[in-house]
Amino acid sequence: MAAEDERQLRERLNKLRGIPLLRGTRLTGDAKRLQRQLDRIEEAEPSDEEMWRVVELARHSQRPYTLDYVERLFEDFVELHGDRARAEDPALVTGLARFGGRTIALIGQQKGRDLNERQRRNFGMAHPEGYRKGMRLMEVAQRHGFPIVTFLDSPGAYPGVAAEQHGQGGAIARSQALMARLTVPLVSCIIGEGNSGGAIAIGLVDRVLMQANAIYSVISPEGCAAILWRDGALKEKAAVALKPDAIHCLELGVIDEIVTEPQGGAHLNPDEAARLLGQALGRTLDELSAVPGAELREQRRERYRRLGIYTARPTQTALRSGS
Amino acid sequence: MAEPRIDVSIEHKHRPDNSDGARKHPNTCPSCGSHYRDDELEANLRVCPQCSYHFPVRARDRIAQLVDTGTFHEEAVDLRSEDPLAFFDLRPYTERLAEAEVSTGLGDAMVIGSAAIESEACELAVMDFSFMGGSMGSVVGEKLTRAADSAVERRVPLVAVTASGGARMQEGILSLMQLPKTVCAIEDLRDARCGFISVMTHPTTAGVLASFASLGDIIVSEPGALLAFTGPRVVQQTTREKLPDDFGLAESNLRFGHLDAILPRTELRPFLGRTLRLFSNGR
Repeated sequence: MAAEDERQLRERLNKLRGIPLLRGTRLTGDAKRLQRQLDRIEEAEPSDEEMWRVVELARHSQRPYTLDYVERLFEDFVELHGDRARAEDPALVTGLARFGGRTIALIGQQKGRDLNERQRRNFGMAHPEGYRKGMRLMEVAQRHGFPIVTFLDSPGAYPGVAAEQHGQGGAIARSQALMARLTVPLVSCIIGEGNSGGAIAIGLVDRVLMQANAIYSVISPEGCAAILWRDGALKEKAAVALKPDAIHCLELGVIDEIVTEPQGGAHLNPDEAARLLGQALGRTLDELSAVPGAELREQRRERYRRLGIYTARPTQTALRSGS
Repeated sequence: MAEPRIDVSIEHKHRPDNSDGARKHPNTCPSCGSHYRDDELEANLRVCPQCSYHFPVRARDRIAQLVDTGTFHEEAVDLRSEDPLAFFDLRPYTERLAEAEVSTGLGDAMVIGSAAIESEACELAVMDFSFMGGSMGSVVGEKLTRAADSAVERRVPLVAVTASGGARMQEGILSLMQLPKTVCAIEDLRDARCGFISVMTHPTTAGVLASFASLGDIIVSEPGALLAFTGPRVVQQTTREKLPDDFGLAESNLRFGHLDAILPRTELRPFLGRTLRLFSNGR
């Protein structure tokens, strides 16, 4: 794409928002998609009140989960179980399926719908065994050249004694490291809550698609409020400060595309939500399939290496603040 | 809902650990109660001579303890955090940054540079918990990345010494992005076949544990260091599980196979010298 077009779009974005957000980051993708996204951003970011509404929609108990999309988008789905070392973790679903004429590998976080299923799936919070199962599937995909699609929807990696003893931190790190090594196309869809290390463990990818009412955050609003405000009840304030909504994530260059949801939220029309998500996913996979594997991997690493906002400036930064 | 109350009295400048009610002097050993002068502690690498408790070590002191005198050359000194989200909790992020910079004399929570340890050339990346809990934001992510690149350029191993509460919430989702960013930098280091020795010191938790720190060719720690993705307090509160006495400690991590060794601080420098020689392989 023309670098000049991209620069102009970015300048427009900067002006539009009136904040120096894009200085250190970079939006990826072609000019056409940037334009499409720009049009969306012009629609307006959520107000403080709307921000909590987005969090609630992202966690809505009737919101479609990974398997709801699998059922609507994929054919010949075969679920694969177990990490081949210690356990099967139902909080993370893995399998192979057909999508748009190609075989893909799916790795998705799965919350439960009713109380029983929620408990069985640990509310979508994976243990290290879950991430290791995911890595096992990634290796299968790499061996056979299948693109990998990950669905992010979890309150986070499970914070338990056994999870720690079995190496939660190391599993999340190694899963990312494996994703940085693969030469098959990788796409993430954030379909509900993308939270913290639990999300990024399967989120180091070539393209990130995010539904309009999904959230993507370094910590849950409740956790943030408990730490910074010392009061978990101030979750609404924390949500406003964290800006976990899709538009802010797009501005910061963290995601590539916002996927429209049916009016009122995905839960009101799961079929339509799946159709819209499938459309974006198909288009993205087509684009990525055209890129040679080694190039994909290089661009993927480059993408993450550029994420961050900082300046090179001795000491004055500290004094400038005031406000 | 009741009007939210903000209790400002809990907002300490330096957040002293006074969990037992008494505010202890930083040179008083929390384990055995012995008290030392600064020079006594420094002379013993900030390890209690009575009970071997390992006091925290600031980044610059750690570098002085590890490297051959005069060999450390700092890099990326000027990097400073921005405030991309205009983050405001009880105070603005910019104010917290300014205060941390003044109180620590550091630009952010990591110091990087080239160095030699026992005459072996290496690249060092050392974290400082005193700077906003050693949290990893854009600057820490960028510094670790540059340290890895510098190691690749000079074809030397990277040594990282971590001490961190995790990702820096005040930078929102961008702080989470420092996990994949540092992971990608380490993958490039691996591709270039440069060694990576990760020294996890107290505490190495959450985002730092779940990214570059866990990717060392060799991973070692110090006695009693907390190395956990989720800290004991949160695990206790969310799961109501009974925690083992050594929950998340280096000793437990060693037992479960997540560490290569636990080294008393006095043995760290010789250990690094030995491993650096192994990686340089006579080059």
